[in-house]
Amino acid sequence: MRELRYREAIREAMIEEMERDANVFLMGEEVGHYQGAYKVSEGLLTRFGEQRVIDTPIAEAGFAGVGIGAAMTGLRPIVEFMTWNFSFVAFDQIISSAAKVAQMSGGRVPCPIVFRGPNGAAKQVASQHSHSVDPFYTNIPGLWIAMPATPRDAKGLLKAAIRENNPVLFLEGETLYNVKGEVLDEDADEVIPFGKARIAREGDGCTIVAWGRPYYTAMEAAEILAKEHGLQCEIVDPRTLRPLDVDAMVDSVKKTNRCVVVHEHWPYGGPGAEIVDQIQRHAFDWLDAPIERVAALDVPMPYASNLETLVLPTVERVVEAVKKVAYL
Amino acid sequence: MASGIDELRQQYRKMLEIRRFEEEAARAYAMGKIGGFLHLYIGQEAIAVGVASALVKGDYVFQTYRDHGIAIALGMTANAGMAELFGKDTGCSRGLGGSMHFFDPDNGFYGGWGIVGGHVALAAGAAFKSKYANDGQVTVCFFGEGATNIGGFHEGLSLAGLWKLPIVFICENNQYAMGTPMSRTTPLEDLTLKAQGYGMHGDRFEGHDVTVVKDRVKTAVDRARRGEGPTFIEIQTYRFRGHSMSDPAKYRSRQELEERKKKDPCAVARQRLADAGVKEAELLGIEGEIDDLIAACVKHADEAPPATEEAMWDSVYVPTSAVPADRLPRGVVRVEDGDA
Ligand SMILES: Cc1ncc(C[n+]2csc(CCOP(=O)(O)OP(=O)(O)O)c2C)c(N)n1
Repeated sequence: MRELRYREAIREAMIEEMERDANVFLMGEEVGHYQGAYKVSEGLLTRFGEQRVIDTPIAEAGFAGVGIGAAMTGLRPIVEFMTWNFSFVAFDQIISSAAKVAQMSGGRVPCPIVFRGPNGAAKQVASQHSHSVDPFYTNIPGLWIAMPATPRDAKGLLKAAIRENNPVLFLEGETLYNVKGEVLDEDADEVIPFGKARIAREGDGCTIVAWGRPYYTAMEAAEILAKEHGLQCEIVDPRTLRPLDVDAMVDSVKKTNRCVVVHEHWPYGGPGAEIVDQIQRHAFDWLDAPIERVAALDVPMPYASNLETLVLPTVERVVEAVKKVAYL
Repeated sequence: MASGIDELRQQYRKMLEIRRFEEEAARAYAMGKIGGFLHLYIGQEAIAVGVASALVKGDYVFQTYRDHGIAIALGMTANAGMAELFGKDTGCSRGLGGSMHFFDPDNGFYGGWGIVGGHVALAAGAAFKSKYANDGQVTVCFFGEGATNIGGFHEGLSLAGLWKLPIVFICENNQYAMGTPMSRTTPLEDLTLKAQGYGMHGDRFEGHDVTVVKDRVKTAVDRARRGEGPTFIEIQTYRFRGHSMSDPAKYRSRQELEERKKKDPCAVARQRLADAGVKEAELLGIEGEIDDLIAACVKHADEAPPATEEAMWDSVYVPTSAVPADRLPRGVVRVEDGDA
């Protein structure tokens, strides 16, 4: 298998799907001439031309709405938010339009659109630019939410998203764009279905559910726990948060009898709380300890780097949480 | 208020303070002492300083993330600014805000805002307060030409125009929104046409001469203060650096940049002072003082204590009256009985 960076995997998925289907196009700020604020769309303008790689002014509500309208009438837009923080300007279009049109039309009007871009904290970009938006959007029926951690998942899930007939919110990680990982060859055309978790590491000591950047934090913690305590953690990456693979998480907990959920979003509610609720209802009798959560601290993101480190989930906090549920 | 050459002397000093502050900030960024986004104002200083000279104490100012210049022009100390960039407790926002979120309410500065267009209606809100309270204060709201395409801008102007709020909107047209030239974001050349649609006065001029900026902006500020409604001003300018530190600005030519640098606002002011008879020795004296001031602020920022966990928890809410003592989240305190 080849190694690709996360950003290259996303780019490749867009290229393959744009070559496959002439109705697929990319639209967003700086996606064309500038080659993408994070260089995800590098080379796409040259390859597909201005008709299909479209630079927009700064007008998120406008171009999100244009995308939705075009999707309703037969095109397959990929709308890039420079970061998901700016999707709040388009919140109404995503929630009141994209997520509702199928239902309002009695199931007759599809909305095959993908909104994508980097999600979560980067490095010291502070209060207004560090949101993990997953808890805001996972609440909304009518949307699918993918949040891949690895290049291979990013590519396969994005291909599925582009072919999907319902709106998909595709949450990438700004700090993951340079991460390298194995990806199948181009002719493999791997399309990863939504709602199927990936067991990234097998173990019988404790289940750790983690997605997005915290997936890597959890993997690191698992190595430490294995080395220092002989405890083998099983890591479940749900990959999509809506739909959510409850079965995979419950099966894992039935094996390990313990669970820690690690996420970058704030502790109040969100997929973190949803996962805990599902597991306690479906695996209550198998649990040997209350489920722990490792989340961002409950504050707006501070700028100073010492405080940012404190706010985000760390390997140490994951290790502590696992030790707590394993009574170590 | 100083006038004529004395005023220009002071303005030159401020512009230079901003310029040198940001040159040092860029250096510190390269050394890893500053993180996140750092949007420099270098090349646009005459606007911040000219606008600040047209305002009086009590007026309100809102700006984008490109906010160091106006903060300093309004009176923020270089120490408070640099310490903020270094993420230190003595920073203007206690190290919590960073470059994009300078605040200095004592000097009328209501922030550095990071979401394009988001602050335009907030500024209209401050002007609404002034009209409501009939306090004679005026609000200035800055933004880039790229921001004139977003809904927040249009709704803010829509309300300000309708209610004839005492506000001056200043569009710093530095020709590029990140990497995109204005020709690819707007089908107009004259942005004041947008203001016409909202029934407000418009003005449009080049912003490299601080005296011109002050005079033209003051006309609009005075009009707002008299209760004669808002003005939209497009000030043409140019940023000499990239959009932020991570932008190498490959989308423009070296020639274009060199051409624009001929209108460097600091150099223009210096020349005007020299032409008016201010001796070279005095100018060098001013420049030396600014160098010392900036060196001192870097030293201060280096040595200041880091941002604190207490500040992080304490600042999420100001003191509350609604929440009883046994329900307070961490760091939140109650308004003392009798306060508020
Ligand atoms: C709603 C929103 N969309 C996108 C961005 C990312 N962004 C930050 S600054 C900028 C360009 C703004 O250009 P302009 O308004 O001309 O101001 P300038 O930076 O040139 O001062 C963009 C796209 C943002 N901060 N907010």
